[in-house]
Amino acid sequence: MGIEPGRIQFSWVSSAESTKFVTVVKEVTNAVKALGPNQTFLKTKAKVA
Amino acid sequence: MTSYIEKIKGVSERLLKECKVDVVIGFRKGTVPMMNEPYFARTEQNIQNLVWDSNCGINLTNYLTDRKEKIGIIAKGCDSRNIVTHIIENKINREQLVIIGVPCKGMIDKRKINSMFDAEIREVIEDESNITVKGDGFEKELIKNEVLQQNCMLCAHRNPVEYDELIADLVEEQQDLDRYPDIRDIEAMSPGDKWNFFEDLLAPCIRCYACRNACPLCYCPTCFVDESQPQWVGKSQDPIDVKTFHFLRAYHCAGRCTDCGACERACPVGINMRLLTRKLEKDCFELFAWEAGMSLDVRPPLDTYKPGDPDDFIK
Repeated sequence: MGIEPGRIQFSWVSSAESTKFVTVVKEVTNAVKALGPNQTFLKTKAKVA
Repeated sequence: MTSYIEKIKGVSERLLKECKVDVVIGFRKGTVPMMNEPYFARTEQNIQNLVWDSNCGINLTNYLTDRKEKIGIIAKGCDSRNIVTHIIENKINREQLVIIGVPCKGMIDKRKINSMFDAEIREVIEDESNITVKGDGFEKELIKNEVLQQNCMLCAHRNPVEYDELIADLVEEQQDLDRYPDIRDIEAMSPGDKWNFFEDLLAPCIRCYACRNACPLCYCPTCFVDESQPQWVGKSQDPIDVKTFHFLRAYHCAGRCTDCGACERACPVGINMRLLTRKLEKDCFELFAWEAGMSLDVRPPLDTYKPGDPDDFIK
């Protein structure tokens, strides 16, 4: 579709796995921050009245 | 295929006479060449209006959704697969239907033929293998197999999979097809190139929703693009709204699309949005060995779970 690999990630985390959840969230945020702001899905033609 | 019509009329007349059905859904001649219209024949007189030729590309399953009466429906290979999908999805009961199966040899691409001529085409006559195109001051013969719709050229299921009546002997299925060369080309692109490719592909879209309306899968009472609370997708011509519509619509057809080509056929600006649905079709085939609408007894991959389902994308 044209979204960079890494911007979307899937993980399986049980509600009992709090530490895994924290690790996953940190990993994902870092990975996405490293990719920088998403340039797609922006409304380039939109004008604010 | 033009020779089928007498048999189609005969079967339809018998079904109506014996009150096995209240209506036969088929085609009548359109007002312009190469554009047959869907037609509901309710009386024996109506039957005379039925036609069958290579311009019957519309998917008649679209007209079955939630109907209550007994229906005879004329079904090509792709139509029959969509009828099966409709039955699986509880949009029609099998008992209501008398499926009149038509082994299909492909439908002609009106856009391709129109683009071959500068002047307006007034008349198109066909026999088994040739098409004669006539207009003001010109006449040309074309070979039918060269002007088929792309989905018909790539069709691996020309014979109906489910039927009660059969109009002609089953035709030979096309063998050794490479169905997805163009899809593989797109898969090989970089994310940026893909994004630009789809931007160019969908740029002419005017958001008329003809593709959605022609599609037998798009039967939601309120489509996500028409919802206003919440409004899932903007209604503008902004490329991102256009893309959101096409991407999401394609995903809604995942594991259900039979590549009947109704969407592309209906598009007034000739967008090949089948590139999106065919990618999903290819994935379904490769990951789940699934082809939509081939059996009434197998549940589709999106509503079954198997321990062996591919899950490499989950970390």
